[in-house]
Parts: sequence; structure tokens; C-alpha cells
Amino acid sequence: MKRNVLPGLRLSLGVTLFYVGLIVVLPIAALVFKAASLGPADYWQIVSSARAVASYRVTVLSALGATIFNLFFGLALAWVLTRYRFRGWRIVDAMVDLPFALPTAVAGIALTALFANNGWFGSVLADLGIKVAYTPLGIMIAMCFTSLPFIVRTVQPVLEDLDPALEEAAQSLGGSDWEIFRKVILPLLTPALLAGVSLSFARSLGEFGAIIFIAGNQPMSTEITALLVFIRLEEYDYQAAAAIASVLLLTAFVMLAVTNTLQARALRYTVRS
Amino acid sequence: MKIRLDHVVKTFDTFRAVKDVSLDIESGELVALLGPSGSGKTTILRMVAGLEYSDGGHIYFGEQDATDIPVRDRGVGFVFQHYALFPHMTVAENIAFGMKVSKVKREKAAIDARVTELLRLVRLEGLGDRFPAQISGGQRQRVALARALAVDPKVLLLDEPFGALDANVRKDLRRWLREIHEELGITTLFVTHDQEEALDLADRVVILKDGQIVQQGTPEEVCRNPQSAFVMRFLGDANVLSAEVRDGKAHVGGTAIDVEGLAEGKAELYARPSDLDWSEQGPGIPALISRVLDRADGRRVIATTEAGEHLEFDVAPERTVKAGEGGFVTVRRAKVFAAPPPP
Repeated sequence: MKRNVLPGLRLSLGVTLFYVGLIVVLPIAALVFKAASLGPADYWQIVSSARAVASYRVTVLSALGATIFNLFFGLALAWVLTRYRFRGWRIVDAMVDLPFALPTAVAGIALTALFANNGWFGSVLADLGIKVAYTPLGIMIAMCFTSLPFIVRTVQPVLEDLDPALEEAAQSLGGSDWEIFRKVILPLLTPALLAGVSLSFARSLGEFGAIIFIAGNQPMSTEITALLVFIRLEEYDYQAAAAIASVLLLTAFVMLAVTNTLQARALRYTVRS
Repeated sequence: MKIRLDHVVKTFDTFRAVKDVSLDIESGELVALLGPSGSGKTTILRMVAGLEYSDGGHIYFGEQDATDIPVRDRGVGFVFQHYALFPHMTVAENIAFGMKVSKVKREKAAIDARVTELLRLVRLEGLGDRFPAQISGGQRQRVALARALAVDPKVLLLDEPFGALDANVRKDLRRWLREIHEELGITTLFVTHDQEEALDLADRVVILKDGQIVQQGTPEEVCRNPQSAFVMRFLGDANVLSAEVRDGKAHVGGTAIDVEGLAEGKAELYARPSDLDWSEQGPGIPALISRVLDRADGRRVIATTEAGEHLEFDVAPERTVKAGEGGFVTVRRAKVFAAPPPP
């Protein structure tokens, strides 16, 4: 084994691995074990029931919509926060973290109050014929709210570290602002954007507190998967709850694998030969 | 392309970085802007490029007033100190970037042919598919130059081009840049704080201090005839002795040197280490050797005069000199400047 100047690798590795095992791997294993205790036929019947499939659809589509919205808005916000200094900059910067700090139930209640038919936004939107509360749109807005910081906070440091000389070089070579953004800045931000997107999407998939107040929770239309798992638990049907939860788990894993692969591809230029 | 700076001024907040600089650069000339940090040399270069706008004065490219032309339309090639290569593009893509974004549309085959030609010019054939992280610092700087040359700039501007490289690579690149300049004949302006680099490479050296030009001329002119103590000190090692000007002669420790056009009174005598010599008998300035340093190219002596001033000079390697010996320093040639006013 290579000798290290700083001692304590064995001890620290042991402690951290034990902790990760206890707090992350064990619960996931228990979940998989519980779901596996169903026979394949029962398992399939539960996870492919019409109500479950409807909940997957509304959860995944809303998460996708929220993530795409945050991709653009979060990038714009990160851009503004790194490129400009204005009065109240500190306040805006601090507010980005608010969705992290706020209990999600509080966010859910606040959003519901705003977007209900008699709320500030809801009443205006209702006049325009747009209904937000108790529709998938409401779910999407709650997801947008809770997952916004992920994109901003992953992109911001990369944008801050971007060498201004790169843009100056591109300008001196005749590039227009749009060409410089698309061909120089965006490719360099891509790994950070992907990391932000995967975190934002995963958070949206699992979000519960902020959504259940605004969603209306109608089975087959506005019932999210996390709520369905909760309902099964309330019915003491642990196996069904575990089975449906395992679908969420699998989705999250696939999502992480895909973004990691994309990220590795986007970063291949940093590999030294 | 001839470049003319006409009373150019630049202020950052309250700091006057460039104060009323006028400068003519002839077509095809290779000019060095030389000065210590904070002398405004990089700001001048960036204003010529259009990366910085001047607060006063005009910059002409040929007959055209280029003062307000934005950088992307100015047609300059700019090479940055830290290369500023696009890290996510290969060497070939970096070089092709300017041609791809150009308003003049080019066939892909024409771009590829030009990239190959430029890779040959900067002697990086076969490295076109590498990423910048996979090549050395010297190679990166050559890619940066090829990228700047790809758009056929009217003027080539280099900001401390070899500053981030180690000494050997720097010497090679210096010679190579000179060759490229002779081959292409493009008007070139570069910034450096390294006097050796400026003197080795440039047709003309412009020396700056505190945002103003203090002297300009060919390397020969500025080396042989520095017009101020600052230039004398900045261009190389110099010994300083306090002197007294009387009857058209500067008197130092019993020796007198002819000077012209200097007012009577206190003065400073500047001499390069190679301008002084050592003799056991005199005449000369009496001094005591305090250290002898042996170097690959000679023997350097550090001596102290009776007035307590330190002198450094070179003697032939076979001379036997020892610390503690007394003798006389003779002055072969020197420059005398009026003493700076007491602070």
C-alpha cells in the first residue's frame, strides 16, 4: 500500500463506509427486499395498476416540465448573479437558497394560497381561464419552487470561474455574442447544467410536502407517486408501498446513470493523454 | 497596417492608467511595449485591440479612425498571456473557430486546408486532434498564435506572450516568433516586462512608466543612450554612485568623468557591471572587495567604496581576486544623471 503523509485512512474510511452503509445502503436494501418478497406476478400487478401508472405519468411529466423550466430560468438567474452587481444583489442571492431552507409544507401552503381560485395569482389566472391549483400545472409549479436552487448553485461557481479571456478571445476572432454563448460558454457549462438537471429532476420526482397541498390529489389525474406510496403505507400495505417506491428508486438510478454518462462525455476534453 | 495612437488616455475609476500616450507603429514593424507592472502597457495593448475603450484621444488603423470600432470588427489577432484556448475544442477546432464564425463564409475544405497550413506554420503538425489540456504550455501558446493568425488580422497583438513559460521554452519561442514575423511581415505589437525579451525580439522598444512613454527607439538606441535613470535601471543591472558635478566633470571618490549639459551640484553616476574594472594600483575609486561570485560566464566582484556604496562588476575568470582585498575601481564608461530631488 502506498504510504501516505497524513495518517488515518483506515479509520476514516472505515467510519465513513460504515455510516454510508447504515444510512443509505441499508434502507434501500430493505426497500428492495420488501418489494422482492412479493411474487413477480403480484409485484407486476401492483406496479402496473392503472392508478400507479397514472401517478408515474403525472409525476414524471411534471418533474420533466419543472426541470426544463428551471434549466432556462436557473441558468438565467445564475448568469445575472455572476455577471452583474446591483442593489439588492445579496438579497437575491440569499433568496435562491430559500426553497432549501423553507419546510416544504410551508411552501406548499403558501403556493396553494396564492394559486387557489380566490388567491392573488389564482384569481387573475382564473379570469384568463387558467386553473393552476389542483391541476398538474400546480404540481409543476411546486416542483419548480423546490428544485430551483439546484441548477443555480451548480452553474454559478462554474460561471464565476470562467476565464473572461475566453470570451475576449472569441470576440477578437469575430464571434457574435450569440455564437460566443453557444459555442464557447454553453459547452463549458454543460457538465454543471447536467449535474443541476439530474439533482433537480430527482428532487422533483420525490417531492411530497410542497405538492400535496396544491395538487388536489385526485387519483388518476393529480395524484403523485410519492403520495400513492404514502396511501399504501397508511393502509398497512407495506409490500405494495415498497413495490411502488422501488419504481421511483429505479427511475432515479436510471436518471443518474444517464446524466453521469452525458457528463463524462461533456468532460472528455479534460482527460490528459 | 500602420497604427497611430493620438493622445490616448484611459482612467480606471480614479486611477489614470494611461496618460496622454502618442505612438506611431509603422506597417510591418515589430514593436515591444516594455515597462514594470502598473505602467499601463497592457491597457494600451487592449485599447489597440478594442478590448478596452479609451477615455480620450484616437487610435488610427492606417487612415481609418478605429477608436470606436468594436473588437470583433477591428480585425486584430490577440494572443493572451494564459493562451485562452477553448478547452472543449481540439487544437484544430480552436484554430478554425475564427473562420467558422466569420461573416465571410468559407467551404469546410478551405477551412481544413487553412488549419493544416497554420499547424505547419506553428510546427504542430499531427497535434490537431489533441485537446489543449493534452499539450504543453509552449505548444498551447503556438496554437493561440495560429488561432489569432487564422483570421488574417491586420495587426497582431501579444500580451506577455511568453510570461507563463519556463526560460528555455521562452528563448525558443522568441526566436520562432521573430521568424514568423519575418515570414508574414504582419504589424506586431507585444507587451512584456522582461527587458531581455523586448531587446531580443523587437525592431523598436517603447519604454513606459506610470502610464507615459519615457523613451522609445531601436534596442541599440535605448541601450546605448538611455535618457533617464529609470530607463538605465530598468534595462539591466546598474551600479549607482553619488557624484558631484563641478566644472563640467562628475567627481566620484577622487575620479572625474566628463559630462555635458548637467547643472552643477549633486548627481548620480550609473555604470553597468561590465563598464567597471578592477586595478590593484589605481587610479580609480578606492574600494574593498567584500565578495567574489563565480559564475559560468565569468567572475563577479562585489566591492564597497569608502563612501559605503556597493558596486558589482565583472572581471576575467583567471583574475585572482579575493574577498578582503583593497584596490581601485576604474570606470570605463558611465552615464551621469542629475540626482532626484530629495523626498
